[in-house]
Amino acid sequence: MTLVSGWGRFPVVDTDVLRPRSFAAIGDAVAGASGTVARGNGRAYGDAGIGAIRTVAMTGFDRARWFDPVTGRIRLEAGVLLSDLIDTFGPRGFLPFVVPGTRFVSVGGAIAADVHGKNHHCEGGFGRYVDSLLLRTGQGETIEASREQNSDAFFATVGGMGLTGVILEATIRLRPVATGWIRERVVSTSDLDAAMRALDAGDSATYSVAWIDCVARGSELGRSLIYLGEHAGTGELPHGADAFPVGNDPGLAVPVDLPSITLNRYSIRAFNELYYRMGARRAGESHLVSLFPYFFPLDSVGGWNRIYGRRGFLQHQCVIPEHGARDVLGDILERVTKRGDASFLAVLKKLGQGDGILSFPMPGYTLALDFPMRGDVLKFLDEIDRLVVAAGGRLYLAKDARQSRATFEAGYPALQRFKAIRKSLDPAGKIRSKLSQRLFDEVQP
Amino acid sequence: MTSRKTVLVLGGSSDIARATARAFAKAGYDVQLAGRDAAVLEPDAADLRARYNVEASVWTFDVLDTVSFQDFVSGLPVLPDVVISIVGLLGLQESAQSDLDHATTVMRSNYEGPALILGLFAERFLARGTGSIVGVSSVAGDRGRASNYVYGSAKAGFSAFLSGLRARASRGGVHVVTVKPGFVRTRMTEGMKLIGPLTVEAAVVGEAILNAVQRQTDVVYVSNKWRLVMLIIKALPEAIFKKLKF
Ligand SMILES: Cc1cc2nc3c(=O)[nH]c(=O)nc-3n(C[C@H](O)[C@H](O)[C@H](O)COP(=O)(O)OP(=O)(O)OC[C@H]3O[C@@H](n4cnc5c(N)ncnc54)[C@H](O)[C@@H]3O)c2cc1C
Repeated sequence: MTLVSGWGRFPVVDTDVLRPRSFAAIGDAVAGASGTVARGNGRAYGDAGIGAIRTVAMTGFDRARWFDPVTGRIRLEAGVLLSDLIDTFGPRGFLPFVVPGTRFVSVGGAIAADVHGKNHHCEGGFGRYVDSLLLRTGQGETIEASREQNSDAFFATVGGMGLTGVILEATIRLRPVATGWIRERVVSTSDLDAAMRALDAGDSATYSVAWIDCVARGSELGRSLIYLGEHAGTGELPHGADAFPVGNDPGLAVPVDLPSITLNRYSIRAFNELYYRMGARRAGESHLVSLFPYFFPLDSVGGWNRIYGRRGFLQHQCVIPEHGARDVLGDILERVTKRGDASFLAVLKKLGQGDGILSFPMPGYTLALDFPMRGDVLKFLDEIDRLVVAAGGRLYLAKDARQSRATFEAGYPALQRFKAIRKSLDPAGKIRSKLSQRLFDEVQP
Repeated sequence: MTSRKTVLVLGGSSDIARATARAFAKAGYDVQLAGRDAAVLEPDAADLRARYNVEASVWTFDVLDTVSFQDFVSGLPVLPDVVISIVGLLGLQESAQSDLDHATTVMRSNYEGPALILGLFAERFLARGTGSIVGVSSVAGDRGRASNYVYGSAKAGFSAFLSGLRARASRGGVHVVTVKPGFVRTRMTEGMKLIGPLTVEAAVVGEAILNAVQRQTDVVYVSNKWRLVMLIIKALPEAIFKKLKF
């Protein structure tokens, strides 16, 4: 047994971790025990990537099968990391259509969470660019699933958090790009209304996201920096610049758990103030930035989750339907600023329709907040959840470690359909994660 | 005709071999992968073709089957520019102490086979007047340890072979690299207790080998810390060394 946790380092759970070397061995691992789930690169925050009994590590499966440089279609093993795809195919003129806020996620993990990027409002999530996938089901079959073939399995697997089986391979479409540079424009806004208006105005931008200063209060509540972005063409690069910049390895790593005392309302306030001022200074004219700091600002600090100390932290990411979102978001932010211990990272962005049956995105605004794991934070988040549920919103499973069954069920009305498909793929219930046990598996006697 | 260079990787299915093949393919080399079971290598060859748009082929090669070596070398359609032996077998020291078959296999896999095959390539390369030969040896060969001296002694023999070959071949335009990776996170070391700061990923070894070939380095400790560690270990007087639990 090994102690395993997600990126938030809560909860920490005992599970067998297997590293199979062949697809056949993956099948054996699944068949051998009731309560297995696949794990990619462990970037889900909570308990999604931890099996009820055993966890199948997938990062050893990191080969490309074929690549078509004309269409940008590629067939991959599910353990390939997006960072690897970017490093390998970026210089050849292709990038993933959708990337989350860290590039150290696997293709399997990106499909299983149907991850969204800064372009979800106009281009959809990772699943939209998956043409087909090879799935090893709990029943022991290996099936190819696409929109046409085994389509139920396909739409349950996209966003299905690994609960339909193990994704072995996927055929995805890559985006042709001329360069690895982004033309960025920063807009600074003085409060939440302005932030939401700026995001709405950014609907036509390919990429848009807002960083909220969640220390600012009163009339400054929700003051933000909005980052808009477009892929830059070769003609825009300064003379002599490399068309494709290099993504450096995380240089500055956090070597040890910081004592949680370093993270207090004063240090957070100082950080937020500084960050806002620095960003505001860049506001206005657009400028070129490398795709790496644009998409993955946190990746430059390796192991930053240790900043929160040994007890870890929780991320709370909700989506609120557009109608009435302003008031709910204002209410949440107000409570958070009053509390004072969140958050280095408060991100607001717009989402469009999700693709999978259990996909998180729905048209509306998504707010992501970090909370150190301490004190009464669990109770506090339950309170926030009530606001989310009342507004018809939901929480992101890839970030969740603590929501209740009721919150989950209210947010995911397609759950019954998902369960039925899951049952048909896995009648004996071989595939189970800590998350599925917590949120919707039938309670075992 | 392409003017691309070709690298031959012997022992193609290990983690270090995969990483090394990727590093060379990324640098534009065509790749020949050779291992005991060529079919197992096909997905790796496909991976190299898809990623780097190079040619990649697979070949059957068994390091214990020395009789087949001559045919293997002449059977390759292209004499490679670089040949890398990543073949090795850690074995079990305890078994090797009494089981002669096991000891023999460890010795032959780490010394006899790799030395003989690289020796054959050396002759061809010298006749041509160019080429690089890379042998992946081990820090375990720098000093015999109580816990793995059967393996270590074979690696020591291999290291000595490579340094002698280097001295001779350099006069004929052929370059010989000895690689001592130290601890690498691979299938071979899975579940073993490794010392974090001294442990590297397979990809780092791959890059180091490519670098050594490009820069014509003679001996590479993949992590520079190992050079220091082994300097100290080699300098310890035998009287002290034999008392260490090591
Ligand atoms: C700094 C940071 C920023 C992030 N930003 C975003 C963001 O902007 N948008 C967003 O959507 N997400 C974001 N995330 C979350 C992350 O994208 C998802 O959690 C993603 O699923 C992680 O992928 P992984 O390979 O690490 O998978 P893991 O964390 O290991 O697993 C996640 C889920 O995928 C399943 N899974 C993994 N591999 C397979 C497989 N081969 N077959 C079947 N199921 C599998 C697991 O069972 C689990 O349910 C962020 C995470 C971090 C740490």
